[in-house]
Amino acid sequence: MAGLSFDLIALQLFAGLALGAIYVLFAIGLSLIFGMLTVVNFAHGAFYMVGAYVGLYLISIGGNFWICLVAVPIAIGLFGLAVERVLIRPLYGRGIDYPLLLTFGLSYVMVECVRIAFGKTGYPFDTPEVLQGAVDIGVGYFPLYRLFVIGATAVVLLALWLFLEKTSFGLIIRAGARDPQIVRVLGVDVSRVWLIVFGIGTAIAGFAGLLAAPLQGVIPEMGGTILAEAFVVTVVGGMGSIGGAVLAGLLVGVVVSMTSLFAPEMAKVSIFALMAIVLIVRPQASSAAPD
Amino acid sequence: MTETTQSIKQPRATTGGWYEFATRHRASIVAAVILIFPLVMPFTALAVNILIYGLYALGFNLVFGYLGLLSFGHAALFGTGAYLCGIAIVHFGWPWYAAIAAGLAGGLLMALLIGVLAIRTRGIYFAMVTMALSQCVYYLFYQAVDLTGGENGLRGINVRTIDLFGLRIDFINPMIRYYVIAAFVIAAFFVMSRILASPFGAVIEAVRENEMRARASGYDVTLTRLLTFVLSGGFCGLAGALQALHLSIVPIEILHYETSGLVVMIALLGGMGTFFGPMVGAAVFLVLENIVSVWTVHWQLIVGAIFIACVLFFPAGIWGTLIARGKR
Repeated sequence: MAGLSFDLIALQLFAGLALGAIYVLFAIGLSLIFGMLTVVNFAHGAFYMVGAYVGLYLISIGGNFWICLVAVPIAIGLFGLAVERVLIRPLYGRGIDYPLLLTFGLSYVMVECVRIAFGKTGYPFDTPEVLQGAVDIGVGYFPLYRLFVIGATAVVLLALWLFLEKTSFGLIIRAGARDPQIVRVLGVDVSRVWLIVFGIGTAIAGFAGLLAAPLQGVIPEMGGTILAEAFVVTVVGGMGSIGGAVLAGLLVGVVVSMTSLFAPEMAKVSIFALMAIVLIVRPQASSAAPD
Repeated sequence: MTETTQSIKQPRATTGGWYEFATRHRASIVAAVILIFPLVMPFTALAVNILIYGLYALGFNLVFGYLGLLSFGHAALFGTGAYLCGIAIVHFGWPWYAAIAAGLAGGLLMALLIGVLAIRTRGIYFAMVTMALSQCVYYLFYQAVDLTGGENGLRGINVRTIDLFGLRIDFINPMIRYYVIAAFVIAAFFVMSRILASPFGAVIEAVRENEMRARASGYDVTLTRLLTFVLSGGFCGLAGALQALHLSIVPIEILHYETSGLVVMIALLGGMGTFFGPMVGAAVFLVLENIVSVWTVHWQLIVGAIFIACVLFFPAGIWGTLIARGKR
């Protein structure tokens, strides 16, 4: 294996972690919403895509990337709140397939609205100037922006962990995920908790879309691809489990990155092979979903 | 979901009138409607599309409506049928009937492969796993450029004439093409009617209504699900093969997850778990698309909005609502 030095593999591993960080953010929102509301949000990819486009728009009217990092999650989160309140809330108690179908229809509407506003073709998304270039990470030079993606993901995860584990509202969320009936009996307005969880999940999706934009550009269809891949992450990691989503997201990122080094033509297919293996070896892991 | 997926057999004993008649002769009614259908349609090409998508939705409805599993990966079954039919003609020079058989077999085989993996999951995971696996099939066909033409699609599926018992039939004539395809679709509806009326059909619905009870009654639930999924693959593979013959090209988009979503929409619009629902849904959906496309290119916006409205206000679909009215 001439040319495949240890350093190259280590660098590719880091690239995989950066890619995985995007999967982690995406899957965590999906997982959080499913764990609480038992809603599989098929529009999650569309929220991700709109996040990237809102960032593009803000920069085009004179904003910068740092403003976007704050404004995009807020905007997408507010949009998510409205969607939950108006469209998803009427469907609670009507079977698990209905919110899934509704969000699927919603993704069509969102993608088409973005096509109307921005056109069908994609746009490049410039890496902010401060984050251009590469830094030496010991095994070689690594793009600074990818390092930033890993760092930003870690910050979001830490904030989410502190929020869920250390605040009283986080306690209510965790209790509500386990038994919404009891939480309701204890006098908590569960529907408000669900509303906020949906808002948080979609806000993180928008944030992930913005982070991914400089890596791959923006295009109206960008959400559909990552949605299918995020399903792999949730099957591997277990739906509704935050820790599982983190580990599986990073694993999927590394698997994609490593196969594109050794067998580039198999990179897209490799993660589905990973899912197939998990389904064969541990089918029970993915059957714990509430019926 | 129970009120929308009422068993076909249940009302037979309780109500009379048009509903009972329609249920008893359901396949013959579909055949009669299909036979006179092109005479009332403005374009025969649209009528052919309705036939093919109606068949595709019929196969999907077996899993979604009757078995109660939501699959988001049926594009893989439809697309594999189309590609195998096309490849058989373009690369191997097979006659048309052998190519259709190849498409049907392709649908069955792909359903077996996806089914073996996806059936291991339960509940909501099924939709996600089927969608992910069909995306995998998309990439595989996309990369097998030598066989499938990759991004450009598979071109050159030219079937001009069809030889049948010494007769040479002109397949270019739209009306003749319609009736050739209609023959397959009608046959498929009769087979579906037979499956649903069989004891196995009753087991399928038993699994949907109460998995535990079906298991306790001694039925192998996992095997029933797998068999039903594979059967559904046969119908969808046949639909794909007919689509390949009709379009004389197989675009790669046929495997895209939007093709999976399309059939979900058609089935829900028509009425899931009803015998006529898929055909009604395909007809309404495609006629609507035809009309709307004339005055806007943003058809998807309308589709999404209609679909959202269906889920919120109209979950029984067109035919399901008519049945509910008829029983009253």
